[in-house]
Amino acid sequence: MQTRPNVELMKAELTEPIKDALTEKVSIRNLDFFYGDYRALKSISLPLYDRKVTAFIGPSGCGKSTLLRILNRMYDLYPGQRAAGEVLLDGKNIIDPKTDVNLLRAQIGMVFQKPTPFPMSIYDNIAFGIRLYEKVPKADMNDRVEDALKRTALWDEVKDKLQASGLGLSGGQQQRLCIARSIAVRPQVLLLDEPTSALDPISTAKIEELIYQLKADYTIAIVTHNMQQAARAADFSAFMYLGELVEFGTTDQVFTRPREQRTEDYITGRFG
Amino acid sequence: MNNAHMNMALYARRRRFNRVAMLLSFSSAAAGMVALAWILATLFLKGAAGVSLSVFTHMTPPPGSAGGLLNAMYGSLVQTLIATLIGTPVGILAGTYMAEYGRNTKLTSVVRFINDVLLSAPSIVVGLFVYEIMVQPMGHFSAWAGCVALSILVLPVVVRTTEDMLLLVPDSLREAASALGAPRWLVIQQVCYRAARAGLITGTLLAIARVSGETAPLLFTSLNNQFWSTNMNAPMANLPVVIFQFALSPYPDWQRLAWTGALLITLTVLALNVFARTIARPRSSGH
Repeated sequence: MQTRPNVELMKAELTEPIKDALTEKVSIRNLDFFYGDYRALKSISLPLYDRKVTAFIGPSGCGKSTLLRILNRMYDLYPGQRAAGEVLLDGKNIIDPKTDVNLLRAQIGMVFQKPTPFPMSIYDNIAFGIRLYEKVPKADMNDRVEDALKRTALWDEVKDKLQASGLGLSGGQQQRLCIARSIAVRPQVLLLDEPTSALDPISTAKIEELIYQLKADYTIAIVTHNMQQAARAADFSAFMYLGELVEFGTTDQVFTRPREQRTEDYITGRFG
Repeated sequence: MNNAHMNMALYARRRRFNRVAMLLSFSSAAAGMVALAWILATLFLKGAAGVSLSVFTHMTPPPGSAGGLLNAMYGSLVQTLIATLIGTPVGILAGTYMAEYGRNTKLTSVVRFINDVLLSAPSIVVGLFVYEIMVQPMGHFSAWAGCVALSILVLPVVVRTTEDMLLLVPDSLREAASALGAPRWLVIQQVCYRAARAGLITGTLLAIARVSGETAPLLFTSLNNQFWSTNMNAPMANLPVVIFQFALSPYPDWQRLAWTGALLITLTVLALNVFARTIARPRSSGH
């Protein structure tokens, strides 16, 4: 009943300068996902373009977060969950069982819905990830921590209490700390799973501003329930419904000229 | 306000019932407190008089002469310490397996069941067991056997608290650490243990508090020793067994020392419990 979005067709629709600049960082092809016997994702195919923000929208339970959690193999932590199909990161299939998931996750950072600071100092929260795969001298480590905190606009707020517990920060600060922690390990892709749904409007605005700046260096995928957020922050948008990808295109196209009736209904609030 | 539809008689009856229930639960709580206060008061009245420097500097005396509890205190300290050193690592590792690696496996549910049985097993059974596997084959009582018996009592407490405390660590924290590329063991060691640290320490302290007063397992294993001994292959004195023997004796000196020993153990256990509670209390996070 539903036609799969034709990526080539969409590319053709894009204005010329954008199209030329686009490279596929992640290519999702015919991806299925199973929780036990339940098929949660149905043959999903779409690209994540390099240094662009792609938003995933859709009602709860449609598979947005599930999709995101495949991209860093987070589902591997739980028995009975299985993915089939292809997810190519720079042409290499990361669904392949031979892929080293820890190395993969160091390249694909993730920020969760609820802030998850580790029970350690602000400094160590950032240094934790760096120490995993790099041997960094103390002075360089200080620079890396400072840089990550500056990029997330947290530095001025915490520079005098780097040794204080990360748990003592406000919710918005904690979430920026988590983003700082993720980018400190210099990943290529950043996955944001409803990163602002637990935050107040001011913190949300700060994070959105941050996303805008981060896309200069990272490929970003963001799951959000907030339409305005997708419209503001994303270059591309994907609308998912009941485990299917209904529509994928530039955010401008998806929000102003949706091809599918279901997309239009959801965006205009007629169902969801 | 129009409250004609309300049944005031019903309301009054419920209020009366509430008062009765509150009175009953208050008196139960008070009874518990009174019992505890009574025990402590008795211990202080009978034991405090005997507390003197010589208690800490002299060995357990023969009947009719003055002495102290030094050898018994040393024995209790050493045996409890070694038992903790044996039981805690094994218990923490087992609890870690149950909460982190094998959460829904058959092995975990079997181990959890056996652990619960061990947790409520009478300590005299543990004493007899170690008597069979160590004292009998070796041909003599020994401090080592006492340590093993106590460690078997430490184990289930630590396993239980470790599993419970690790299960309280939210999975989102494990996911966040894994998402940075941390291998599983590092996630557990650096994040889960840290998040559960207060609980793990509390569990260990409570286990120590529990075994430091155990008499039955030591009666069959390290027995007692009237003299100073640091030989782990020989019988070793310890406070509970000394209290047991001295309290049952007809000699007033011994009975006085038994009361003093009982007071010392109780104060130690009390201190451990209070310490465990201060650690378990969540620290202010600065909000």
